[in-house]
Amino acid sequence: MDVTTDDPKAAEGQHLLQVEDLHVEFRTQYGTVNAVNGISYSLDERETLAILGESGSGKSVSAQAIMGIIDSPPGFITKGALRFRGTDLLGLDESERRSYRGQKIAMIFQDALTALNPVYSVGFQIGEMFRVHRGASRSEAKKKAIELMDRVRIPAAKERVGEYPHQFSGGMRQRVMIAMALSLDPDILIADEPTTALDVTVQAQIMELLSELQGETGMGLILITHDLAVVADVADRVAVMYAGKIVETGSVFEVYENAAHPYTEGLMSSIPRIDQRGRELNPIRGAPPSLMRIPPGCPFHPRCPYARDVCRVDLPPLYEVSASRRSACHFFEEVLANVEGGLTGGR
Amino acid sequence: MGRYTIRRLLQAIPVFFGATFIIFMMVFALPGDPIRALAGERPFSESVQRELRERYNLNDPLPVQYGKYMLALAKLDFGESFNRRRVSDIMKERFPVTIKLALFAFLFEMFLGLIAGVLAGLRRGSFMDNLVLVSTTAVVAIPVFVLGFVAQLVLGVQLRWFPVAGIQSGFYSYLLPAMVLGSLSLVYIARLTRTSLVENLRSDYIRTATAKGLPRTRVVGRHALRNSLIPVVTFLGVDLGALMGGAIITEGIFNIPGIGREIFQAVRSQEGAVVVGIVTALVLIYILANLVVDLLYAVLDPRIRYD
Ligand SMILES: Nc1ncnc2c1ncn2[C@@H]1O[C@H](COP(=O)(O)OP(=O)(O)O)[C@@H](O)[C@H]1O
Ligand code: SF4
Ligand SMILES: [Mg+2]
Repeated sequence: MDVTTDDPKAAEGQHLLQVEDLHVEFRTQYGTVNAVNGISYSLDERETLAILGESGSGKSVSAQAIMGIIDSPPGFITKGALRFRGTDLLGLDESERRSYRGQKIAMIFQDALTALNPVYSVGFQIGEMFRVHRGASRSEAKKKAIELMDRVRIPAAKERVGEYPHQFSGGMRQRVMIAMALSLDPDILIADEPTTALDVTVQAQIMELLSELQGETGMGLILITHDLAVVADVADRVAVMYAGKIVETGSVFEVYENAAHPYTEGLMSSIPRIDQRGRELNPIRGAPPSLMRIPPGCPFHPRCPYARDVCRVDLPPLYEVSASRRSACHFFEEVLANVEGGLTGGR
Repeated sequence: MGRYTIRRLLQAIPVFFGATFIIFMMVFALPGDPIRALAGERPFSESVQRELRERYNLNDPLPVQYGKYMLALAKLDFGESFNRRRVSDIMKERFPVTIKLALFAFLFEMFLGLIAGVLAGLRRGSFMDNLVLVSTTAVVAIPVFVLGFVAQLVLGVQLRWFPVAGIQSGFYSYLLPAMVLGSLSLVYIARLTRTSLVENLRSDYIRTATAKGLPRTRVVGRHALRNSLIPVVTFLGVDLGALMGGAIITEGIFNIPGIGREIFQAVRSQEGAVVVGIVTALVLIYILANLVVDLLYAVLDPRIRYD
């Protein structure tokens, strides 16, 4: 079963972005890494979709697949479709595909220091978008760069436009990335852990800026994070990933209120009572499986307190929990019934 | 930038004095008496010997000799050889030959090295990539004089593609020696460029450049290459100096009347002034080349300027 079958908007290609049964694998010398194993979701205008999950669960790779920037080789998209307003991006040739990058779909990364080119000024790197895609002159591009730096509230933009990435603080550098990503008014922004490398107070400022810019532009935002508190603040919907699959999706309200998958439940129980942002999520006993040897049946069964024999052999489909909600657990009803949320409550 | 330049200039001063003093010491530590060597079979008379020693300051202690030499040098006076030729005249005659040779070698290694390195780096596992890897090992393993003699024999004597020796054919005479001289650095540059490019192509900012929707040519040419060239430029600058000093063997094989051959002869006949003069000029060139590299380095990598 997948989310799209009973989705009338998807049938008419009205979603801003429709990810269908996406599979990505890396063929390395040690074996095949199954990084993304059939994920589906949709994104609409003005919507924020948060993608949650421990590191190594395939969040970044799925985002890179949407951007079309997977290292290939070794990475290959082996199955699936990526529809942007109905157009399958995977069917486009490279130059058509390129016209989507930066102009329709943009991305910002975790570490702005390494994501920016150290030898070019920030003004050059922002202005480059206008020079390459809009044929702007050097001075027009610089003017645009200053405007954008103002817009993301970098103080003294005019003076700092010629400075280099290493001369900015972490938070200001991420603002530069945001300015660059939003320069051509993309319809979708993918933010891959945009605040993980930053101080707590700076994290909040960056998230605030992103929400505000989303309000102004109406773009769809895919926010990859493992910061549950951030998700609660800004996201509309959540998709929880485990071992390259989505194990639960739903509105933030529903999912936070009461998890329908044992893995989500484990994540939620890790939120401390007093709000502690920026905490690493590693609350569940055991480690995620190697993506070269994903266990048969439910991939979560070695760590799952609800696991039964059937879980070892039967891969759970995405069960419909409610109209807007799915869970890939055979026993989601039992998980829902356990309102304590703690893992000790299981079985 | 200005402060950086001044600092680099100041740092060059002790290097200059240190290097020239060491050369001075080494030349005067050469075994044997230069005056006696000059005289050969028939010894000079006492008075001639005394006069010669006086003229070349040979009676002073070493630091005094060095001081006098440096004072003269400040007036661009490099001294004279025992047969009364001004060292500066010798250099005027010899240096252009070596400079031409080194420059040809430099252009040869730079262009071919960069092209081979970029092609190898862009297509790992391709023919060019394997060629670069194999030839690095091969050229490093073969001593320059073996390579030189073989090239001279095969390409010059047998195939007659190039003049065998001398500089009578002008521009054309320099080609083969320049290729021999530049061969080692050529493979090194190719290897360095390849490694550096491969590394940079994997970096985060290249992923960003691709995500910006830039054409591949711009991603590689503007973003990856600029960063990859930083270590290559450093090597090239240092190598320009090394090529001039390293031409001794090549000049010998191909009988090219440059400074390499001149130094060789001067050492054998214990012409201290000639050796010191030429080597001092080489040190200056070397320092200058390094200075240019440092400045270029700062232009290429803005992180340097603000240390
Ligand atoms: N270039 C690559 N080559 C091989 N494996 C990769 C590559 N990029 C990502 N992977 C693998 O894909 C899996 C998912 O990674 P990723 O999407 O980065 O996880 P995360 O959820 O932490 O963002 C990881 O096991 C990682 O090792
Ligand atoms: S299917 Fe079984 S193992 Fe998987 S999450 Fe549900 S209870 Fe746990
Ligand atoms: Mg990631």
